[in-house]
Amino acid sequence: MAENNRAVLQLKEKYAASIIDVVEFRGEVTVTVRKDAIIDILSFLKQSLQYNLLTDLTAVDYMGKKEDRFMMVYLLYSISNKDRLRIKTSVSEADCHIPSATQVWRTANWLEREVFDLFGIVFDNHPDLRRILMTDDWEGHPLRKDYPLQGPDREPYKGRLS
Amino acid sequence: MATTETMTLNMGPQHPSTHGVLRLVLELDGEVITKITPHIGYLHRGVEKLSEHRTYHQILPLTDRLDYLAPMSNNLGYILAVEKLMAVEVPERAETIRVIMTELTRLESHLVWIACHALDIGAMTVFIYAFREREAIMETYELISGARMTSNFFRVGGLSQDVPDEFVRKVSDFIDSMPGYLDQYEGLLTTNPIWLKRTIGNGVISAEDAIDFGITGPALRGSGVDWDLRRDNSYSGYEKYQFKVPVGENCDTFDRYKVRLIEMREACKIVRQGLDRLKPGPVLADNPQVCYPPKENVYNSIEGLIHHFKIASEGFPAPEGEVYQGVEAPKGELGFYIVSDGGNKPQRLRIRPPSFVNLQAIEKMAKGAMIADLVAVIGTLDIVLGEIDR
Amino acid sequence: MGVENPLGENIITTSLDALVNWSRKSSIWPMTFGLACCAIEMMATGASHNDLDRFGIIFRASPRQSDCIIIAGTVTKKMLPVIKTVYEQMPEPKWVIAMGACACSGGIFDTYSVVQGIDEALPVDVYIPGCPPRPEALLFGLMKLQDKIMKDKNSFGSAIGLGERIASAA
Repeated sequence: MAENNRAVLQLKEKYAASIIDVVEFRGEVTVTVRKDAIIDILSFLKQSLQYNLLTDLTAVDYMGKKEDRFMMVYLLYSISNKDRLRIKTSVSEADCHIPSATQVWRTANWLEREVFDLFGIVFDNHPDLRRILMTDDWEGHPLRKDYPLQGPDREPYKGRLS
Repeated sequence: MATTETMTLNMGPQHPSTHGVLRLVLELDGEVITKITPHIGYLHRGVEKLSEHRTYHQILPLTDRLDYLAPMSNNLGYILAVEKLMAVEVPERAETIRVIMTELTRLESHLVWIACHALDIGAMTVFIYAFREREAIMETYELISGARMTSNFFRVGGLSQDVPDEFVRKVSDFIDSMPGYLDQYEGLLTTNPIWLKRTIGNGVISAEDAIDFGITGPALRGSGVDWDLRRDNSYSGYEKYQFKVPVGENCDTFDRYKVRLIEMREACKIVRQGLDRLKPGPVLADNPQVCYPPKENVYNSIEGLIHHFKIASEGFPAPEGEVYQGVEAPKGELGFYIVSDGGNKPQRLRIRPPSFVNLQAIEKMAKGAMIADLVAVIGTLDIVLGEIDR
Repeated sequence: MGVENPLGENIITTSLDALVNWSRKSSIWPMTFGLACCAIEMMATGASHNDLDRFGIIFRASPRQSDCIIIAGTVTKKMLPVIKTVYEQMPEPKWVIAMGACACSGGIFDTYSVVQGIDEALPVDVYIPGCPPRPEALLFGLMKLQDKIMKDKNSFGSAIGLGERIASAA
């Protein structure tokens, strides 16, 4: 159960004030934390609990479904303990900033650039925050829910399911 | 007084040895690389966005085209993620065929890797040989799914159909002859002085750096980290198979080459074990909420036809929640992260591309080397742009 | 008759246009322009088992040495300027083959970043459907291009600077 997860026990002890929610679904533990403590928690997990591999870093757009529009997702893996942990933190549209995790893992560099490119979330203290997949002069952030699938300059084709 | 300055050289996106549409901007001091700036996104097709507009069954063909050298590995990762989300049990025969096919896919992907890697370094014969063997795997693909590359063979809950009778004999013949072919490649490369000079000591990355950069798969094992998802976080019944996980020592291109070659031999052994385990039985779970009905019902009964139509047009609603499933694809850890809001389409589908993350380490691996060595590093990273850009 | 035949059967009479067309169609050198999945099938066509060399087709890595460009894969908006540049670098006469559903029409990727068919930018001579097309389909497409080249008019004249080459419609 999620309460007995080794990381959850430690996090609850050390960062009790910053933890918003702990969920277990299909055997996967997700911990939602406050944005201001995210880097401290990630560093703690890496240094003290051997979550040495940042498997993935991404964002989810909950436009119109949640109070804070974006959710940042960090997926950690521990090569020595072979277990995963998902850390989430919400980012509001009005304050679309979050500290960069590049100082904790170098992997975060491109992954954060991709989130910046496709969602428009700005990473503070990122060494090289540029668009990565789209061209430099691209307008808009394609993975946002209000960005049309076929792009803003084209009439959506209505003849099929898309 | 003579002055010197560095030269900026553009490599790609149209270049024969960048393995697709990768573009690198190099800063050169003579022939020595002082800085590498990769530019990607030339094949960004918007798969993640498109997936948010497709039902769970309709997303499957998109995954074929991510890492187009290993289509079935992508299928497997996505299908396992959806099955985890829906809590579907898969029949044993389907699991076994999935393992056989993903291991054949690993062979196929590594064959193209060795072909291109050797061609980039100047060994043309291996390219011709490896494509000859790849053709046999393509024929197996065609036999079971009708398509040579974009197979789209797996389904949520099992397989699209059972394999034909000659499948076992065909795969068995191929697996018997494959080690001999691998000996041929090794005979051409492993003791070849040019190959050794080009690969030993090239593209070195330590285990700590590799983990810090998030490198996974054979590239990580070449740096001496003994970690394989198939063994350590087993999925699709891999825990029932016996195989070795090869690990390198010197963290260089030659070690990664050795690791991949041993992986190919191990893949042959896994396929052999899979063929031995293959028992008759159903290949699709009995779960009408999620799975397509059998084809004979669709063609012969009105209920079956309605059922098929409903699944094909509306899909199925998934419970609210989020799952991540990582599989050991030929390039590294391929992950699918699905966020469901309770509807029949995902709220978000994130693909964790191994090549994207691995490519990030290219500057670390090739800085201070010559341009020709950079080509070897691109080859050893085994990148596929379809997956990097998605 | 009036014309003597001193060389026996060793003479073939033909038009200069047909000679030029024949030599062009027998050595189509395509540009290696792999974009996506189709590029792998293009490689498979060029490698063992299918062997494009027997048609005189040898892949060149430089546009300046190529007669034909095979657009093998999805064309994105970011890639389109590069393709145009490469096409402009090719010497005349030049032909374009759109290989696969993506290059023909955008294929299944009807999204914000994908060009819906390369014919929005380049004059395509042969469309090869399929996702990806089989090597046999690519061979058939190349043979169709050869047929088309054979129908060109004034190929010799245009080569020595007299008038324009008149390409056939089909």
